Amino acid sequence: MITTTASRNLEEVIEECRTIFDIPGIEPAVAWKHAERGRKLIGCFPVYTPVEIFHAAGALPVGLAGGGNRLEIVHSDSRFQSFVCSIIKSTLEQGMTGMLDEIDGMVFHSICDSARNLASVYTRNFPNTPVEYLHYPQNFALPEAAMHLRSEYERLATFAASITGTTVTPGRLKESLSLYNRIRRLIRLLYGLRAERPHAIRTSELYSLVRVGNLTPPERHAEILVEALAAIERREGKSRDRLRILIVGSFCEQPPIDLISAVEDAGCYVVDDDFLIGRRWLIGDVDTGVSDPLLALADGYRNQSVASPVKHDLRVSQSQMLIDRARRLNADAVIVLCAKFCEPALFAYPLYRRALQAAGIPNLFLEFEEKMWMFDRVKNEIETFVESMLFA
Amino acid sequence: MEKLQYQGHLHTLQKELMGDYYAELTASANGSGLPAAYLLIGGNPVEILRAFDILPVFPEVNALQLAVRKQSLPFIQAAEFMGYSSDNCAYVKADIGMYFGGRTTPFATIPEPSLLLCNYVGCNVYLDWFEHLADYSRRPIFQLDIPFIRTASGKPSKDDIAYVTTQLHRLIEQCEEITGRKLDQDRLREAVRLSSETGALWSKIKHLTKAHPAPYDAYFDSVTMMAPLYCLRGTQAGLDFFETAYAELQEKANAGIGALSEERFRYVIEGPPPWPHLRTFRDMFSRWSAIAVASTYSTVGGLWEFGFTHDPDSPIESIARHLLEWNLTNRNFLQRYDQIGRYIEEWDAHALVIHSVKSCRLFSAGQGDMREYFTKRGIPTLLVESDLEDPRYFSEAQMRNRIDAFFESLEHRSTQGQSVTV
Repeated sequence: MITTTASRNLEEVIEECRTIFDIPGIEPAVAWKHAERGRKLIGCFPVYTPVEIFHAAGALPVGLAGGGNRLEIVHSDSRFQSFVCSIIKSTLEQGMTGMLDEIDGMVFHSICDSARNLASVYTRNFPNTPVEYLHYPQNFALPEAAMHLRSEYERLATFAASITGTTVTPGRLKESLSLYNRIRRLIRLLYGLRAERPHAIRTSELYSLVRVGNLTPPERHAEILVEALAAIERREGKSRDRLRILIVGSFCEQPPIDLISAVEDAGCYVVDDDFLIGRRWLIGDVDTGVSDPLLALADGYRNQSVASPVKHDLRVSQSQMLIDRARRLNADAVIVLCAKFCEPALFAYPLYRRALQAAGIPNLFLEFEEKMWMFDRVKNEIETFVESMLFA
Repeated sequence: MEKLQYQGHLHTLQKELMGDYYAELTASANGSGLPAAYLLIGGNPVEILRAFDILPVFPEVNALQLAVRKQSLPFIQAAEFMGYSSDNCAYVKADIGMYFGGRTTPFATIPEPSLLLCNYVGCNVYLDWFEHLADYSRRPIFQLDIPFIRTASGKPSKDDIAYVTTQLHRLIEQCEEITGRKLDQDRLREAVRLSSETGALWSKIKHLTKAHPAPYDAYFDSVTMMAPLYCLRGTQAGLDFFETAYAELQEKANAGIGALSEERFRYVIEGPPPWPHLRTFRDMFSRWSAIAVASTYSTVGGLWEFGFTHDPDSPIESIARHLLEWNLTNRNFLQRYDQIGRYIEEWDAHALVIHSVKSCRLFSAGQGDMREYFTKRGIPTLLVESDLEDPRYFSEAQMRNRIDAFFESLEHRSTQGQSVTV
């Protein structure tokens, strides 16, 4: 477990984060469960889960993030075909090899067709693990969408309570909302800081600070983020002449952290990204001063959440939001970094490309798989792209 | 081997009807016909459009028509040139390529939409597809948000039904704006009545393949009937077609006439057809005297054979139930296992063939698990892969080898009593 000491520098904090998440499986969460006798773990498939509900029921929401590049797929590729993205298979593989045995409940959502079918396959293969499937609204203009989502969240609360034995009361939910509001504010601070002073914190470091929240109790995650913010303030660094890059497309399956480093090492400052976007899904605080916090949380999804290819909010143009974001952050270019076979990301790309070209913003399309471990080719592509911009 | 003739009277009748339908599309495109709305096959509330005299246009049907006529590849490639991935659904790519290619096809000129009606029933690609069309065409879009079947009961909740019903009323308001006239309740009831009777006949037709021999192939011949089922449902012409079809097929069943001269194997097939190579694929089964007695693909638009019927006395709610519960695409993957299991038992099939298509992950993702499920239950199961639209993914020699090996094994199995998985 991470211990807080006033003098820890950022490297030390990051090092400990990486020891928590950098191995396949969910061992740190299992250790928590054993220490907190009687408590439960609820696994949350990406992209976004209203984790506050599980926390309010007394469970630890465990953020599943695939198998990385150290998990060998042996069993699950006979269940899902070669044209299905890796995180579907690596999640099932972890289940089939016993790595998720301590999970007391699982939740999937209507993000894509493969994830939806995985929910069924998981249900069948693990009859002792309760599985819930959440329908997110797809028509954001409908005023009724928030109420329908509220009824979905209520079902989720009942599901969580059936696992933990603790009812999700409005009071408990408000406490959880406050805690997660705070975590999101801290992450937003870190993201803002990186956009302003990208030399002060590497993206691979920022990624680690967010990712550790997948397997850590939120109370502890907030402490880590506070400690990191203080450590960054003490850090000395000098800005270099690098391209400011916005990366989009990696919102579900995650690129290996070494790939993120490779992007930076190729001569880029990443000024914004959508890695682990579920942890920053809500862009403002959920109002805890209301009588119906479940509705407030649902309304946050409808009216105060990020643009994403797994959301189809046509009140705004996703492409235009990307252009606005790039301009606001003074980005020199956009890299669309898609997981191989990720349909939502691959479908977003043609619209992005059209809009980026029309706006005169250079862009590069790259594909990755979580299991990749050689980055020379990708790095070379990015270097060439950077050079073409610097010396054009 | 002598080339088999599959095309009979029904096929000719279907071609005529679809020719008329496509002439209506062309007229609409030329500005002399009805306003057009694009919508999707899954579930689909076509009755509301019919009540407003809005012409339904199904991009999926257009895309598959391109594939059957071997015209899809240049459009797919045009879309890929725009940035669409080789791993994206090729229906979408063919349609987008065709849209930018002037909307001209060998069978019709496709009109610009007055409305993009995205009836989201399970398939997330639908959402992307229509979002893109809205972006390109700048035409109004209505996203009909249909909650997926996700509870153990296999039924939609009361909230779901109320939510969809509310949306259908909003859709009606939008149709009123487009056409400039109020909904005629009698017209809606009439369209729903026609759908109800059409669905009842289609259901009876589906049950006819329980006969030995089956009077028609429930995959390759069902697709012939699916075109009028979707494009003409809610019209008198559509109903007339199904009256003729039922009478003809029932007569064959009663007379003990099969679809093939001999019926040796009865199988259930899962997954959409390889449209660019439909005839070749069909021959691979026919040469084994194998007949599909049931298919999941023929239920994407509706599951009438398991008891659904539109209700003219409660038109909106029955349309909502059709969208929510009574079509394959909005049901979860395990419900499909149950559906197939029922077909195998009640339609007396010997085997399951899974045609896994890369384009459609709604259908395909996880079919390896499905194979495992049925194999463990002693059902011989074959899994083959190609695509529904992209001709490049069909490997004829490999496909033939696998199908031959499977039926050879089935022959042996009858003497050995073993399970078969290929």
